[in-house]
Order: sequence, then structure tokens, then C-alpha cells
Amino acid sequence: MAPAITLAADKLSVANTGFMLICSALVLIMTPGLAFFYGGMVRVKSTLNMLMMSFISIGIVTILWVLYGFSMAFGTDHGSIIGWENDFFGWTGIDKGDIWSGYTIPVFAFAVFQMMFAIITPALISGAIADRVKFSAWALFVVLWATVVYFPVAHWVWGTGGWAFELGVIDFAGGTAVHINAGAAALGVILVIGKRVGFKKDPMRPHSLPLVMLGAGLLWFGWFGFNAGSWLGNDDGVGSLMFVNTQIATAAAMLAWLAYEKIRHGAFTTLGAASGAVAGLVAITPSGGAVTPIGAIAVGAIAGVACAAAVGLKYKFGYDDSLDVVGVHMVGGVIGSLLIGFFASGKGQSDVEGLFYGGGLDQFWKQCAGVFAVLGYSLVASAILAFLLDKTIGMRVTEDEEVSGIDQAEHAETAYDFSGAGGGSAKATVAAPPAAESKKVDA
Amino acid sequence: MKLITAVVKPHRLDEIKEALQAFGVHGLTVTEASGYGRQRGHTEVYRGAEYTVDLVPKIRIEVLAEDDDAEQLIDVIVKAARTGKIGDGKVWSLPVETAVRVRTGERGPDAL
Repeated sequence: MAPAITLAADKLSVANTGFMLICSALVLIMTPGLAFFYGGMVRVKSTLNMLMMSFISIGIVTILWVLYGFSMAFGTDHGSIIGWENDFFGWTGIDKGDIWSGYTIPVFAFAVFQMMFAIITPALISGAIADRVKFSAWALFVVLWATVVYFPVAHWVWGTGGWAFELGVIDFAGGTAVHINAGAAALGVILVIGKRVGFKKDPMRPHSLPLVMLGAGLLWFGWFGFNAGSWLGNDDGVGSLMFVNTQIATAAAMLAWLAYEKIRHGAFTTLGAASGAVAGLVAITPSGGAVTPIGAIAVGAIAGVACAAAVGLKYKFGYDDSLDVVGVHMVGGVIGSLLIGFFASGKGQSDVEGLFYGGGLDQFWKQCAGVFAVLGYSLVASAILAFLLDKTIGMRVTEDEEVSGIDQAEHAETAYDFSGAGGGSAKATVAAPPAAESKKVDA
Repeated sequence: MKLITAVVKPHRLDEIKEALQAFGVHGLTVTEASGYGRQRGHTEVYRGAEYTVDLVPKIRIEVLAEDDDAEQLIDVIVKAARTGKIGDGKVWSLPVETAVRVRTGERGPDAL
């Protein structure tokens, strides 16, 4: 996000500010979209827990971001590793008229836009640990992970002075900071907490593919804000390039995933269409500002096939990445980030050229540095956090609760009631919090 | 009296209902059921993972009949349910001790 603004910087642009506020709202809706995308993929008995794992992130990370997250990610650089700015602590020193330095929008508009990214990134991890994690442990994990992993990594990649940013690693909208980060974290956590009861043995079919499709649609829609908004203004055409490339790569990836599936498994599946679209969105996220529309077709198609192939690895290696966060987000993010080294045209966000445009492998090596540093750090740090939580409060619900259904055990609710008969009785008074014993339902 | 139970393909329900009405049956109970016989299940694919679904959706129809009508009624159901393909289902009957119409308290054949 280097400044390349044709309007006078540090002077408010009404158009850019309006655009950025709309983009912020678009990025927010991706998190409920993700909740549906994941929620439809789990079995009926854990639908609500899956929805809530995403939704709670909106609550937790919003508060953290205001208190200290924004300061850690986008405050004054300290040692290329972390930011801090006292004025940003609790947003107490930010005036409504302050302009984000080097740009044409208020600090508040920038801060709230970046807040939405911080919200969705931990939520992405939740898909890998479906059906089996205590809600309190998850909430605490979100707090710790945002603090120890996301805020620093966002600073490395996007903060002025951050080491990856200064090295010239290109990550337009979060291929590294969001998707590789979340995907690697998912891998770290599942290696610690283990598989679902019955993994590879019981059928674990998605309970509602229409919900998955709805979620994928909301993600696609919101992603325009996520990607095009990441240029923080729209007066030099880069945001528009990003917007069209987002559409193109997503379409190409959906087609590529479906073609791969038809050849390998004999059917064009609904889940494949939704997954392919998300894989394309992930891959174009880092690269969309650097490649041409034809390049976007290539990036999308490569990501679609690679992710469709990667989701099968969990059965081979025996790790239970329940909803394929590693296979789609980590693999898609790595592919999108590394392909910049080949497809950067020099005519987008900067004059950096990739191998196919005569620029040699310079940019590719820079991308590798960013990708593997973030991947390694997130994997190790997330595994350690999960390990500490598991040894203290415990990460998993009991086997009994997991098999009966985590919705009943953790939320005291049921996702769908199709019974006309009811078969219970209502209390006129508000019940006291039920004891752990009485919450348990043997279904 | 006899209780006739038929487990059949879901898309034959309308034909069976019409055939039974034409025969003079005034009421029946239908439940959505699942199971397998010789047809077995089918395979579904989710992100490359294949699931064998053993249980196939079926419709379970229950009708009460007088002893004299039972055999003929079974024939009516079988004729309406048959497609000739594997998985057409089964029909069987059991003796019933008594039946009561809840509204009036009528018992036995009068309750049908």
C-alpha cells in the first residue's frame, strides 16, 4: 500500500472517504458470510457453534482493535517488528479531522477499514477446528492470537517500517497477513488439539449446501471492499484494476475447481463451485493489484486446481482440517503471493515486473521471504497458544458432548426445530444459568 | 382386521393414494422413512471425499383394512407402487386386535 496518489495527499477527499466507509461495511459482511459458509458445511448438531465462532470475533476484535490493536499494527514502527503510538491507544488521541498520513481519508476511516480485516482473520481459523472446541477456549484463543500473531504480522506486512513492507513484499489486501496467516494458524492448532471423534470413519456431510452457497455469495460480494478498498482511495485506477481482477480470478477459479472435480470425481458439485470461488478470491487478494486481467485468469485457474487438489491431503496425512482452512486459505494464499513473482506486469500498483514480464526472479524471492516467514511464525506461535490453553483451561469439549452435539453443550440451543409436537415445557421465569450437568443432552 | 404397511419409492405416493381412494379406503398414515434392501445406497462426493450413503429415502404407508379386503388392498398398493426397477419396496400385513375412532368411541370395523 505504498502511496501513489494523484490527488494531493494529506488533504481530505470526500469521494475516497465515502468509498472507504462503504468498503469497510463490505468487509464486515464477509464475517457473517464466512459464518454461513462454514456453518452449512458442518453437521446439524454443531451449526450454531460454527456460526458463533465467526460472530464472536466481531465483538472481541473490535474492542481489542480500539484498545491496542490498531496501535500495534499501524503505530510508529519499533525495530521493524511492532508498532506503537500512544495517541492510538483507545483511539483517545485521534481527532475526527485527522488525515491518515500520505492519504486522503480520515484516520478513523482507515482504522475502521483495517479493523474489519482484523475481525475476519481469526474467524477464518475456526473452520479447521469445527465441532470440538470449548467456546470459552475459542474466545480466549481469539484474544491471544490477535494480540500475539495478527497485530504484529499486519505491522510487518502493511505498517510503515515493518520488515516485509520495507523489503518490498507485495501483499495488496492480505494474501500473507490474512490468508496464509490464518491457514498456518489453523494447521498449528489442529496439530495440537487433534481430530474430531469419528474422523475418516463417520460420514461428515455438509448439512446445508444452500447455506454454504449463501455464505460464498456474501464473501464474494464483500471481497470487493476487501480488495478494491485496500488501495485506500480510488483516484489513480489501481482500485478499479483490483476490483475487476477480483471478479475475473474468482470466476476462473470456480471453473477450474469444477473442471478438476468433474475429471477426478465425476460430478460438478455445489460445494466445489463455492470452494473454487473462495480459492480464487484468496489467491487474487495479494496479487490483484500487480497482474493484468489475463494474469488474473491464470492466477485464478492455477489456484482453483491447486486448492481442489490440496483439500485431499488431510486424509493422506491424517490431520483433521475440518473445513479445509489449510487447503483453501493457506494454499491459495501461498499460490497467489508467489505467482506475483511470475505475473506482476509492472503496469499495476507499482513498476515491479515478474519473471514472465522480463523482471527476473527478484520479486519471487521477496515473496518467498514474506510467505514463509509469516507461515512459519503463525504456525509455531498458534500451536504454542493452543498448547498453553489446552494445558490450562482445556481446548476441547468432552467426547460425550462432542458426539451429542456441541450446540446443546456450549450454547444450550438447537439450530433447527422441525418438530410440530414440541415435547417440552416453557418456564415463565428466566432460568438461572443451567448447571453443567443439566445442559448435557444425550441425543 | 389387518394393518397393511408399505415401504415404497417416494414418487409413487400419489398413484398409491389415488388407487386406494378408488378402492374405497378413507384414511391412511404416511411417514418419511429411510432404509435399504437390494437397492443399497449411493455415493456422494464432498471436496473429493466420497461418502457412501446406505440409507435411501422411502415412504412408509400404513392402512387398516377388514380381513376380507386385505389381500385385494395389498394388490392395489403393489400395482400402483411398481416401477419394475430395483428398490420398489415391500408391502406386508399384520393382524390387529382392535381399533377405536377417538372422536366417537366406535370400535372394530366401525372405526375404519
